[in-house]
Amino acid sequence: MEIKRRDFLKVATAGGLMLAANAHPSLAREPKARIKDAVGMLYDSTVCVGCKACVSACKQYNETPSSFSSTDEIWDNPLDNDAKTYNIIKLYKSGTGAAKDREQDGHAYVKRQCMHCVDPACVSACPVSALKKGPKDGIVSYDKDACIGCRYCQVACPYNVPKFEFEKAFPMIRKCQLCSHRLEKGDIPACCQFCPTGACIFGKVEDLLAEAKKRLAYKPGELRKYPVERVSGGPVAERIVTPYVQNVYGEKEGGGTQVLYLAGVPFEKLGLPALEETSDAQRSETIQHTLYKGMIAPIVMLGGLIYIVHKNTKDHK
Amino acid sequence: MKIKDIASVSKQLGVSRREFLKYCSIVAAGMGLPLGAGEQIAEAVTSAARRPPVIWLSAQECTGCSESLLRATHPTFEHLILDLISLDYHETLSTPSGHQAEAARAASIKANKGEFILVVDGAIPVKDNGIYCMIAGKTALDILKETAKECKAIIAMGSCSSWGGVPSADPNPTGATGVQKILTDAGIKTPVVTIPGCPPNPYNFLSTVLYFVTFKKLPELDDLARPKFAYGRLIHENCERRPHFDAGRFATEFGDENHRKGYCLYKLGCKGPETHANCPSILFGDTGAGTWPVGTGHPCFGCTEKGIGFHKPLFSRASLHMVTPPDTYPHVVEHQGKSALAGIAVAAAAAGAAYVAVDKVAKKLGDDDGKGKK
Repeated sequence: MEIKRRDFLKVATAGGLMLAANAHPSLAREPKARIKDAVGMLYDSTVCVGCKACVSACKQYNETPSSFSSTDEIWDNPLDNDAKTYNIIKLYKSGTGAAKDREQDGHAYVKRQCMHCVDPACVSACPVSALKKGPKDGIVSYDKDACIGCRYCQVACPYNVPKFEFEKAFPMIRKCQLCSHRLEKGDIPACCQFCPTGACIFGKVEDLLAEAKKRLAYKPGELRKYPVERVSGGPVAERIVTPYVQNVYGEKEGGGTQVLYLAGVPFEKLGLPALEETSDAQRSETIQHTLYKGMIAPIVMLGGLIYIVHKNTKDHK
Repeated sequence: MKIKDIASVSKQLGVSRREFLKYCSIVAAGMGLPLGAGEQIAEAVTSAARRPPVIWLSAQECTGCSESLLRATHPTFEHLILDLISLDYHETLSTPSGHQAEAARAASIKANKGEFILVVDGAIPVKDNGIYCMIAGKTALDILKETAKECKAIIAMGSCSSWGGVPSADPNPTGATGVQKILTDAGIKTPVVTIPGCPPNPYNFLSTVLYFVTFKKLPELDDLARPKFAYGRLIHENCERRPHFDAGRFATEFGDENHRKGYCLYKLGCKGPETHANCPSILFGDTGAGTWPVGTGHPCFGCTEKGIGFHKPLFSRASLHMVTPPDTYPHVVEHQGKSALAGIAVAAAAAGAAYVAVDKVAKKLGDDDGKGKK
């Protein structure tokens, strides 16, 4: 096939114009809105005492085995979320680590598990819809029968949550599914059920967000009532308020999450990434949908490649 | 070591020499003193020219602290007051009463000025100039102030004299106050040791007294003047039910399955996590056999801690005191950078690589074709 230089440039220019036109924001994928009755968790780092009751309860009710980071393998001591650990308490410590919830010479705890994003990157990246977002509760769940084991979800997740069972012959992706098996029976997630202080509470995301904003308005030193286990209808504990970072992490970060965080030290120190309000899924889908719109750009690209091949092999004909 | 003296004291106490040394060693161990301190204590007790004089004042109290001490078994209380110390005045235990008792107190203070130990049990009411507790026509407040100036050291026995205790519970109608606060406010600088508890374990008291007799100084105290050997740790730290707390196993109602299994009582309002005392180690009183509140299935109510016992509701959840966490916790690790710019750079690099690869493959194909033709 002969392609004249002139023809190629013509097509390339047209393609470029199409691309430029498609880059218009009105054609970008719209951000996803929160599902009205979505459920989630509120984790308040200032209330957490690092007892790890949630970690052991999670393992018990999800029937996950111990995970060892030391060679002696005496007790369960994972260093991060892994295929056997859906939920973990991590420690931020600086200097002497003496005071709780202080950035300098202080310490703070952080609970890490699936954030159940409003617009999950894993769901967007999964080529076979093995990861799905529940239409009613918004829980990001996993279907092992659909999964092909590509681990795109693992790479896509901005929070480093989905974990692959590398050591198994028939591996699965493992992550927190907000104890959906317990929710079916009318129970709440094990971590919230067993948290003794109410650092982690379960409820509808809108109620949790309201509770979080209420706490941000409290003055340090005040004695306030903090719900335990669930945002409403559960036990209540009185607590002297300690200072908060004035932000509810997960309200907007990464397009929003159904697991919300409050803390006394900056969220980045707790390993929660500073994400933009645009979710990764929205950004990548905008790029992808733009690139493949009408298949014009790929055809132009193919044309270009054919031209290069043609140019380089012309002399040998 | 004067073996003869010990033998004579043993005889006097009605216990064997072995029992006596054992007691001294137990007291020494209880205070965390080094090996051999037990012998030192035994020697101090036996070699003292005179038993240390003690005056015991009572104010707003229930006599529970004296009762607790009365039930000590090693040594028994009569040996303590008749052989180890010279209890010159105690409202409940004094043989004389009325003016005779008051005269004995005055005589002892005069004779032992600057030498005697003052023990106080019961809170001191300060409202309306202390008229809510009068003894022999004087207010407890005045008696305390005048006696405190004359003594060598003060032991505030029980929560009431330590920080107010039950009489100071809201709304505190009599202005019940602890000894230390009254003396600080009055500018009296006599050292005060507080042995809070309702009632306190008698051995915390006995150990403090024996430490003082042996080493002629007070044991190491915390910022609330409690001896560190007894009140240095939270109940939560040494609690026999602590593993259940760490594993998230809690009793949620009295008599439920988890309660019967002996799980952690935190959710029932146990104040162990905010209360400093050695109850898990030496139990409560001298009753033995695992009988301390948590051992019997009732949450600790925080009697030794100011602002907890009699102040916080009995079944409300405790706030947990923070200790610097050990490094066994997994640390927050830095997450990989995932900025938009980095993503674009990766995409651009991939595109460039694809171009170069295709170019090279094509060239190679071309070369091969050329070679084939030759």
